[in-house]
Amino acid sequence: MAPVIESVNISKKFGNITALYDVSFEVNVNEIFGFIGPDGSGKTTLFRIIATLLLPDSGSMKVLGLDSVSGFKSLRREIGYMPGRFSLYQDLTVEENLKFYATVFGASVEENYYLIADIYSHIEPFRKRLAGNLSGGMKQKLALSCALIHKPKLLILDEPTTGVDAVSRTEFWAMLERLKEYGISVIVSTPYMDEAMRCSRVALIQNGRILSVDAPLKIRDSFSRRLFRIRAGDKYSLINALRKYPETVTAFPFGDSVHTTFKGDSYDNSLSEYLIKCGLTDVTIQETKAGIEDRFLELMENSDQKNTDQIF
Amino acid sequence: MRTILFLIRKEFIQIFRNKFISRAIFGVPIIQMLILVPAVTFEIKNLKICLVDKDMSAESRALISKLEGSPFFRIPYMTFSGSEAENLLYSNKCNLVLEIPAGFSRSITSGRPAGIMASINAINAVAAQLSWAYLNGITADFNKELLLNKTGMQGQVNIQRIQVTNRYWYNEMLNYKYYMMPGVLVILVTAIGFLLAGLNLVKEKESGTIEQINVTPVRKYQFITAKMLPFLIIGLIDLALGLSIGKLAFDIPFEGSLLLLFLCAAIFLVAVLGLGLFVSTFSRSQQQFMFVAFFIMIIFILMSGIFTPYESMPLWAQYFNKINPVAYLIRINRMVMLKGSDMSDIRTELLSLIAIAFFFTLFAVRKYRKTA
Repeated sequence: MAPVIESVNISKKFGNITALYDVSFEVNVNEIFGFIGPDGSGKTTLFRIIATLLLPDSGSMKVLGLDSVSGFKSLRREIGYMPGRFSLYQDLTVEENLKFYATVFGASVEENYYLIADIYSHIEPFRKRLAGNLSGGMKQKLALSCALIHKPKLLILDEPTTGVDAVSRTEFWAMLERLKEYGISVIVSTPYMDEAMRCSRVALIQNGRILSVDAPLKIRDSFSRRLFRIRAGDKYSLINALRKYPETVTAFPFGDSVHTTFKGDSYDNSLSEYLIKCGLTDVTIQETKAGIEDRFLELMENSDQKNTDQIF
Repeated sequence: MRTILFLIRKEFIQIFRNKFISRAIFGVPIIQMLILVPAVTFEIKNLKICLVDKDMSAESRALISKLEGSPFFRIPYMTFSGSEAENLLYSNKCNLVLEIPAGFSRSITSGRPAGIMASINAINAVAAQLSWAYLNGITADFNKELLLNKTGMQGQVNIQRIQVTNRYWYNEMLNYKYYMMPGVLVILVTAIGFLLAGLNLVKEKESGTIEQINVTPVRKYQFITAKMLPFLIIGLIDLALGLSIGKLAFDIPFEGSLLLLFLCAAIFLVAVLGLGLFVSTFSRSQQQFMFVAFFIMIIFILMSGIFTPYESMPLWAQYFNKINPVAYLIRINRMVMLKGSDMSDIRTELLSLIAIAFFFTLFAVRKYRKTA
């Protein structure tokens, strides 16, 4: 089957700032394709190009077999876009918003209700409430319902779970997975690493470049070194101490510990001595399995290195 | 069609859910009509004179009592000091200083021409000219009486001259309210049409809702039409409200066809709505829009001929007014309401308005982009 999205060398500049630089990737049918990257990495720009709201400077973007520039009219019927910022009418009620978006797409709430039933049922008790008065999680559920109500073939979700509580996030993702049954492909951006694990494939994006595209497990497993989890009473001093230690390659804070890699992928007693000398107490060191975040930080570090090399 | 209707329905729900706007829409015309129509007037009454009567004669008193008898003048100050009179004029306590020099009566009785001198505060040039004209009228009258007394006969009988009699047409009583009211109605409709629709569209930009609309298959013309129609209807309702107030509160005459007036107002509304939406397509915030829109509106209204006669403007201003919808509607309103003009009398204005409405709306639809 032809891919849902075929992006070839997409570039976009805003003034002097390059937001996207030769971005190429493919999204397959029925995938939940995740984009992970820090703020300002170009995710929203890319999504707006896919959603036909922004014209790329160069490259070609094919969505559902249609060119996003020349075929935008037909494309708009086939996609559901949920921007990062809540963009429904705050002065309309929940019900009015849903009905409005169904109607402008020439659909009706009744015929496609089954698509949104899971998630809309949570907010249905508040259907007479103004959208502006909903909580953050309920707003997102409504926005998703409105983006889905015309039964799009592709759903574009820009950071849909940012600012949403953990329970709602889980429900939200459970619903995305069920959309596969209806043949709806999803692209989603998120700053949360745990959500990346729920995607079929993820693209790591930074400074407008895609660093890596793969299944989340494969990305995680491609971590190139042995990783050690180090804990101590004072985490802040621990990071500083580790970063000054000559054998350290990387040291990143991770929950209550510091994930560290060493030259030669091992450490010896001199590390404990060094840390005690630095005044740290209760130091524990243990090897751990790398998460996707570790791999992402590693890739970012490498790409920073590369960019710096190019400049000098 | 169904899409447009649904979009319009949505606009109406939003307008009436906004308590402030929904009240203002009906409150503004009432307040504007009741305040502006009687307040904006050029009629000058009760001009304050400071009198410097250095003659103190029967003749000077006769002139003074004639001034006092006129509705235009009051004489609250009398003095013999020139500098005091000057101070009063300077401090705005009086509008003009009238000096009757010593020897005024002597000149009259001896048959020589007598002079009086008026110093007028001309900061408001129109008011100064009008007071000069009123004063002239009174002294001319006074002269006639002098002539009559002196010769002891009817001046007109012996001295041949042309006498002009005039009658004021279309506004016989020279009631300024009749002149202003059609204009105030236009200002009212302009404010509704120009500001509300544009603000509405910029608000959609500010709150990001336009982003969600842009990914829908809603067409540009559908979107713009749905933004225009509700405010077109509200504008016409406000016009009806304003007219009723004019009739009830000021008994404004209405000579022409009501239908024609509403037809012209509807075309005019399309023009200003189009312009308002056009401005809003390149404004990023409601603040930006208000600033630009206010500037354009002030220019349109001040140049429209509502206060100053259109014909006495410089040529370039008259050319500018060819694209000023406000100017056309004020002329149409005055002609239809006061003169009872029909469609063929206002043909030029009507056709121009249609052309303006077409182009402004076209600009708005063209400039509104769904893709950046």
